[in-house]
Amino acid sequence: MSAETLLLTILLLPLAGAAGIIITRRNPDVREGVTLLCSALIAVLVVVLANRFMDGETFALTLIEPVPGIAISFEIEALGMLFALIAGILWLVTSIYAIGYMRGHNEQNQTRFFAAFAVSIAATMGIAFSANLLTLFLFYELLTLSTYPLVTHAGTPEAKQGGRVYLGILLGTSIALFLLGILVTWSLTGRVDFEAGGILAGHIDPAWAGLLYALFLFGIGKAAVMPFHRWLPAAMVAPTPVSALLHAVAVVKAGVFTILKVTIYIFGSDFILSNDVTGGLIWMAAATILIASMVAMTKDNLKARLAYSTVSQLSYIVLGAMLASKAGLIGASMHIAMHAFAKITLFFAAGAIFVAWHKKKVSELNGLGRAMPVTFTAFFIGTLSIIGLPPFGGMWSKWYLALGAVETTQLLLLAVLMISSLLNIIYLLPIPIRAFFSKPESGEHYTEIAEAPKSILLAMVITSTACIILFFYPDPFYRLASLAVGGY
Amino acid sequence: MGNHISLLLVVVPLIAAPLVAVLPRGRLPWAVSFAVSVVCAVFAGIQLWSVLQGGVISYELGGWAPPWGIEYRIDAVNAFVALIVAVIAALTLPYALHSAEREIPEEKIPTFYSALLLCLTGLLGITQTGDIFNVFVFLEISSLSSYALISLGKSRQAFTSSYQYLIMGTIGATFYLIGVGLLYSQTGTLNMQDMANILPSVLHLNTVVTGFTFIMVGIALKLALFPLHLWLPNAYTYAPTVVTVFLAATATKVAVYVMLRILFTVFPQTFTIATPADELFILAGMAGVLSASVYAIYQKNIKRLLAYSSVAQIGYMALGIGFATTTGLMATLIHLFNHALMKGALFMAIGAIIYRIDSCRIDQIHGLGRAMPWTFGAIVIGGLSLVGVPGTAGFISKWYLVTAALEQSAWIPVAVILIGSLLAVVYVGKLIEALYFKPLTDNGKVVSEAPLMLLVPTWGLVLANIYFGLDTDLTVGVAEQAAAILAGGLKP
Repeated sequence: MSAETLLLTILLLPLAGAAGIIITRRNPDVREGVTLLCSALIAVLVVVLANRFMDGETFALTLIEPVPGIAISFEIEALGMLFALIAGILWLVTSIYAIGYMRGHNEQNQTRFFAAFAVSIAATMGIAFSANLLTLFLFYELLTLSTYPLVTHAGTPEAKQGGRVYLGILLGTSIALFLLGILVTWSLTGRVDFEAGGILAGHIDPAWAGLLYALFLFGIGKAAVMPFHRWLPAAMVAPTPVSALLHAVAVVKAGVFTILKVTIYIFGSDFILSNDVTGGLIWMAAATILIASMVAMTKDNLKARLAYSTVSQLSYIVLGAMLASKAGLIGASMHIAMHAFAKITLFFAAGAIFVAWHKKKVSELNGLGRAMPVTFTAFFIGTLSIIGLPPFGGMWSKWYLALGAVETTQLLLLAVLMISSLLNIIYLLPIPIRAFFSKPESGEHYTEIAEAPKSILLAMVITSTACIILFFYPDPFYRLASLAVGGY
Repeated sequence: MGNHISLLLVVVPLIAAPLVAVLPRGRLPWAVSFAVSVVCAVFAGIQLWSVLQGGVISYELGGWAPPWGIEYRIDAVNAFVALIVAVIAALTLPYALHSAEREIPEEKIPTFYSALLLCLTGLLGITQTGDIFNVFVFLEISSLSSYALISLGKSRQAFTSSYQYLIMGTIGATFYLIGVGLLYSQTGTLNMQDMANILPSVLHLNTVVTGFTFIMVGIALKLALFPLHLWLPNAYTYAPTVVTVFLAATATKVAVYVMLRILFTVFPQTFTIATPADELFILAGMAGVLSASVYAIYQKNIKRLLAYSSVAQIGYMALGIGFATTTGLMATLIHLFNHALMKGALFMAIGAIIYRIDSCRIDQIHGLGRAMPWTFGAIVIGGLSLVGVPGTAGFISKWYLVTAALEQSAWIPVAVILIGSLLAVVYVGKLIEALYFKPLTDNGKVVSEAPLMLLVPTWGLVLANIYFGLDTDLTVGVAEQAAAILAGGLKP
């Protein structure tokens, strides 16, 4: 397949899948077959693409030019490849999981669910491959809109309220701040292309650059930097596969990915470092890391706790981006991957607990480990990877992030990272410990093993194993991350 | 045929109008009107193409040379606006067939089509003519016929709102006429081109300044520029839906065109900028965007909600005029076109709902999104375009408008434009939530999807919203040329 065809196929296949899902809505088995086939193809294609990309092939494609000078165009660079690779592989795993979950839970409107899911993946791929800010913005908004029916899936007043917050914050910040940032960039430089080394240097007074960076930082609401994080906990009303793939991987990672892209390819790390563009803003990320961790501790609802944990972890990536040193950027990029595998495992487990035992709260989990050993083992592995202990993948990204803080002699930030790891231990580790070692609540007896459906288990086993493999073999992600920052 | 096209564009609907009125009842009046609208659209297309190819068309009516005779003078600016009007008419008429049968008493149908064609004549005439008094004549033709069209609405409020519009519209037209009279007294000419040549030597006269002011206020009334917009919400709400579709997509656009012409062609641009007119446009534009968007949020009637949104959109166009730069004028012209697309699509979709449930109150449309998926889809995409989501025509408008504001470092308008978009998210979201999430009101009626004759034109406009959000060769290309003509002496 030629480079262009391959790129276009990856963008269009999920859309074709969505159409196929709608056409085959009368027969759920065929419909799920379409989902699986599509996601499997995408997984294979992104791996093929990644291999060819690392062999030095270039991929670029321009569709049309809505505004003279700015085209809807795609170009693969290392960071986007990394993001697409994760999203593509995890869509397959999540599809396996989702089918078990949606059936095990007898959800309504499954056709709409799977179709919207496929469209969201197409939007995610569009974001990953964008060659300029306008294209990225187009798919960014498409992702917001296509995930809206997923968030409000349940149709309950709670889901509607969640959807309102979700749409309000994501659309609001993107239109009021992100778009403004893009337009300011455009009016300063006359272009919005992503380019190695950045395009802003020499076009903007360094004193104002911090303000422009703030427009991007807060305008990209998907990165959930406080105070624009409320949408993420609100989105937890969605069915768990959505929370798992979209609100631990695709949507939120699209946010931090965009921030990384803007940092590396619009501002340029040299420009940021030499002018101290992010000096004050970096504390917003640091504060988000700590505050979100502390809020997570207070949450008894398991998904809410995981959501705040995600908010905190996302700011690791934002912080790495704003450090703008090579180690910091590599750590941030790798954390996209490492956190994805770990957090999706945790959400998978939360969904499994819900499907098998209809439990949502941490305080109800005492002793449940005896009934669901696989689930809680996976949860345990995910937890350790999030905390950043060896031998789990999460260690590498934290290592480079810490190195970045040392490199720029921001020792206070190093302290933030370390404290946050401690906080992770406090709010995550008790969950599997409770499940394995505490006595069950009165009236509950966990004598037999009663796990969730097999497809759910399979998905969890895959992602938790990946957390371990990524410790020993982080190479593909490391290579892509270091390529993105121009070699380390 | 050549240049006669410019005349035929006005004459064909003018002759067809009385003809349609005397045709027997049934579908014949519709068929003739539809044919006329298609002919006009084709002519307008050819006209724009030949203007883009060969420059300005000057047509002397009756062979009398200007400035004594009436001259039709067409450049990229008015050819563009004429195309918008004619194409919207050609899309509205297929839609009109069922919608009018449902909303207008049968015996009035021929009159309705006759008035619609007269209105089209007037609007096209305004765009074609190069004579400032002739503009008044056509303005009155279109206005009088639109008063009649609005009064055809089903509810009794249609009469009062038509009457209200009649009063306001007449004041506006009178102001315009007084202004023209004052200018004529000092320049001795009515030909725009000729007047533009003479005016620089008499600009210091108070009569001229007064005339300018009268004309500005008069057209601002026609344009429904905030705070002179009070006639518009009622008129749009109570008129038959077809009329609302047609007027919302064309009438105010043509008024914007006249405004641009007077400000930038007839008067020297240096004069326009020296007066407080441009600042006032920015102020009125910002106030309009904010207040009308907030009003829209609190409306209980969908047509009224969209009407207030129209007032807000006119505010955006006024901002572009007020910036008085090439980019600003481009933004206004692009939004002129794009707003016709989005409001046309939205009002048509609302018309489909009215066709089915005979109501346009928000509390009556609960849950209809599931029963009418295509109509719902049209409202969603039209709404997204109104918000200015990328990939839709609305985004292109916003992009140029904000770029124009940034060029001037006009930060407050930038903020207002973006806040306006956010407010649009709220009122569009309100519609979508009612249609999609609220449980279906159970009154025993089973609602089905609208008929194809309503859906096809609606979706024609919806797809145009997406197409012109991605491929802007036509809109941006023509607007660029047109803005260059208008802003000849302005800074780029």
